Amino acid sequence: MTAINYKELKKGGFMKQIQKDHFSMRLKSVGGHLTGQQLQTIQAIAEKYGQGYVHLTSRQGVEIPFIKLEDIDQVKRELADGGVQVGVCGPRVRTITACQGKNICPSGLIDTTVLAKEFDERYGGRELPHKFKFGITGCRNNCLKAEENDLGVKGGEQPSWLESACTFCGLCEAVCPVQAIKVQKTTKKLEFMKAHCIYCGKCVKACPASAWTGKSGFIVSFGGLYGNRIAIGQNFLPIIFSTEVLHQVIEITLEFFAKHAKQGERFASTLDRVGWDLLKKELAVVL
Amino acid sequence: MSKSDLFVDITDVVCPVTFVKAKMSIEELEDGQILEIRMNEGEPILNVPRSFKEEGHKVIEVNNNGEGTYTVFVEKGGLL
Repeated sequence: MTAINYKELKKGGFMKQIQKDHFSMRLKSVGGHLTGQQLQTIQAIAEKYGQGYVHLTSRQGVEIPFIKLEDIDQVKRELADGGVQVGVCGPRVRTITACQGKNICPSGLIDTTVLAKEFDERYGGRELPHKFKFGITGCRNNCLKAEENDLGVKGGEQPSWLESACTFCGLCEAVCPVQAIKVQKTTKKLEFMKAHCIYCGKCVKACPASAWTGKSGFIVSFGGLYGNRIAIGQNFLPIIFSTEVLHQVIEITLEFFAKHAKQGERFASTLDRVGWDLLKKELAVVL
Repeated sequence: MSKSDLFVDITDVVCPVTFVKAKMSIEELEDGQILEIRMNEGEPILNVPRSFKEEGHKVIEVNNNGEGTYTVFVEKGGLL
């Protein structure tokens, strides 16, 4: 038998098991989506080469445990024929996770599915000093836990109010979680304290008169971790309305990480060591 | 305070029964009639009026009762 290049295997998403010459095979998913055809392929492989079950990972992935070393090439071929790619491990951009976003969820403010695909095309698998995780969540409900990620994106919405359409019913005041809206029903007055707004979009979603309209955007967090060390991603940028600017922010961030991180150092630790202000300074260029 | 054709209290149930109870009540009315509905703050006030909007009913008045509940007046079919 030829020598096993574990590093090469790991790149291809094969996680060494405690059982000799067995691997748990990580499959590629983007934004937690798999088609029926892909599921059929996965089922067939799990039954033929594994032990007939799969493991759902914490990052919306599927792994097929108990793949034998000697079957790996054949399994890869059969997966590829069935439209399934192998996932990534190691020091690079990992699976892009996302909630279902505004095309499915009534609370969603951004199209997380399209964004996840774009992220995967642009950044997926990119080699870096350590693993780097992206997560995209559609709104402040944060089902996808944006701040757990090295770079998290959260949908937000900047509301604006049109007096002529308003019926002064008071619903926006009732749903605003930060008391940024005060409605005087009798005198037909509305006060919006813009500085308090957290871009949750609840006033826009609730308004029965379309007096509140919103401009959706991205709230970005940096340096989240939920492993050996736990750190909550920090948001220090204003809401970003343009996808182009969002990508510029990400490119600068990844370049920053590649340039400043020690090998095997997670982003949060790099930021703590070299100083967050350094990243803020570099990002200021595009904002 | 608006006048209503029917009153329902959904403070005794939790999601998703809140919406079921609200929906059953509004179905008893004709278009243009008003449902008065008392609900808890938090999840119900966030979700029940929004669901009415999605189904074409218009919230016309919301009153904070000051004890953790709201009273909402909804016009059946008001957005259709």
